[in-house]
Amino acid sequence: MKTFQQLKKNLKNDFSSLKTIKLAVLGDTATQFLTQAIRSLGYDKGFDIQIWEADFDQIELQISDAASELYEFKPELVLIFQSSHKLLSKYNKYKPEAHTSLASQELASVDFMVATLTAQLNAKIIYYNYTEIDDTVFGNYALKTESSFLFQLRKLNFELMSFAASNPNFYLCDLSSIQNQIGKSNFFQSAIYVNTEMVLSLDALPLVASRTLDIVESLNGKFKKCVILDLDNTTWGGIIGDDGIENIQIGSLGIGKAFSEFQYWIKKLKNRGIIVAVCSKNTESVAKEPFEKHPDMVLRLDDISVFVANWENKADNIRHIQSILNIGFDSMVFLDDNPFERNIVRENLPEVTVPELPEDPAEYLEYLYTLNLFETVSFSGEDSERTKMYQIEAQRASVQQKFTNEEDFLQSLSMVSLVEPFNKFNQPRVAQLSQRSNQFNLRTVRYTDADIEKIAASDDHSTFTFTLEDKFGDNGLICVIILKKEDNNTAFIDTWFMSCRVLKRSMENFVLNTIVDFCSQNGFGTLKGEYIPTAKNEMVANHYSHLGFENNADFWLLKVSDYIPKKTYISKK
Amino acid sequence: MDRQTILKEVTDVFIDVLDNEDIELNDETQAKDVEDWDSLNHIQLVVGIEKHFKIRFTSKEIQSWNNVGEMIDCIQEKGI
Repeated sequence: MKTFQQLKKNLKNDFSSLKTIKLAVLGDTATQFLTQAIRSLGYDKGFDIQIWEADFDQIELQISDAASELYEFKPELVLIFQSSHKLLSKYNKYKPEAHTSLASQELASVDFMVATLTAQLNAKIIYYNYTEIDDTVFGNYALKTESSFLFQLRKLNFELMSFAASNPNFYLCDLSSIQNQIGKSNFFQSAIYVNTEMVLSLDALPLVASRTLDIVESLNGKFKKCVILDLDNTTWGGIIGDDGIENIQIGSLGIGKAFSEFQYWIKKLKNRGIIVAVCSKNTESVAKEPFEKHPDMVLRLDDISVFVANWENKADNIRHIQSILNIGFDSMVFLDDNPFERNIVRENLPEVTVPELPEDPAEYLEYLYTLNLFETVSFSGEDSERTKMYQIEAQRASVQQKFTNEEDFLQSLSMVSLVEPFNKFNQPRVAQLSQRSNQFNLRTVRYTDADIEKIAASDDHSTFTFTLEDKFGDNGLICVIILKKEDNNTAFIDTWFMSCRVLKRSMENFVLNTIVDFCSQNGFGTLKGEYIPTAKNEMVANHYSHLGFENNADFWLLKVSDYIPKKTYISKK
Repeated sequence: MDRQTILKEVTDVFIDVLDNEDIELNDETQAKDVEDWDSLNHIQLVVGIEKHFKIRFTSKEIQSWNNVGEMIDCIQEKGI
């Protein structure tokens, strides 16, 4: 990771080609260095983060005054940093009998700020939790004493998590865990605090900026979806081809413990919805044997979506995995103990994240924890089903090879789709897809849970969700359309995104048939579409022309009365 | 370490932190004589010097220097 000094050099670079993000920073201590670190690191991540910084200690003033500079700036993100040091000063000034109410008072104030902000701005709020300060006034007994500062601080951190869980636009950034990671003596430098009112040491700044940017990237659809594992000396100790199944190291003894704990970690990621793939230089049957037969293996074959074991080079194999999963290389993480393999992948596929695993397997996990690779801004039940879907996809891909005629293949799938408007059951998934879809996404306007709820309730919008089920299994909800009434005659396709899992299945035609049908039943003569190019959605650049829309300035128009329903192999469920 | 060597090394820290090759320091140099040596960059300079010589300044020391010479006195007092 770059030092603050190295990061700062980015400030002189040209930001003009980068994606703009407007961020307001409100702090109760001096935040100049923090904003420099965030803007600088943003450059390395491909963002032009334009920051408006409130004058020192003006948080409540800026938020409660509707005519303040904050609202004039119209940020899409608001970062609020209330420090533990200021929390301690407040506590110190309270009367002793009021000490037990510190956490609830603060929480009420956060609640007020969030409510006021969201009423006036369509912005997401990032809030730093509190790093621990133990004033040792009660010693260990503080943990039994509600009026102690430590009790109140930890209570506040805990209550903030519950608050965040029920406020979709409020995201906590875990400052406390950064202090735990690097130690308080590195995180905070008293001499600098006394002289400048800055509570973050220069060494802590890149880490704090990085944790903050993790949330920003995730909100902008940039996050990891897949982890690719090497096997020998990464997933288990030893070499299966040489040592044999009885001699590989795994289980509760010695170094085997490190590999077992690593596997539990991968299993938790898989349960969270991260796709797990294997890429190993081995004979396939030999590589699969431990997954099938070793009693101490935590990972089993049904945890793995794509299993590639052969003697080809790993960059090609990862390309193959990518083609089956149809996700961006930048959403993949490759874990391999061998520096040579890591370098081959880095050189050939620079977008894939390849952590520099420590030499000692005992250190793998602690090192991986520090990278915070798997940030997310959503979590739904369907995430954990993902592995199965991709396994089915791999199966489907092998069946497809048997059909030379694509129509016969599509026909053989017996596909059905359930079409429904947004409802309380599918809204979380819709919001999540809205964050995740990059490639097949015509306008790439991101909507959160709260936005989706508003749209669902709006009279000017009509919403459609599509599932796709075939004889191999259910893909779940894979496509979303939002139509906006532009005038009495025109319906505008505000949103059209689709999961790339279901490309080339005639889904586009089925969707268009469905919405044209809706238009003619509701008196709309014209359907209007728009394509907004991004770095990732080139695959749909000609989407509307392929579907027979006419180009008109920046938009695409389709006359509903002339429409002839398109050929599709999908029927309505 | 003799004063001249310390001055040379302090100058290198200034050049690195302020990203300016043309900086020349002597005992009489003050903040107003150096472009970009403001209160904010002062903190980076202090931390840079601390790291370079592996020393820590007290909060009082950080505020006490009137020129580079006094800063070097302070570094020398720490046994450098």
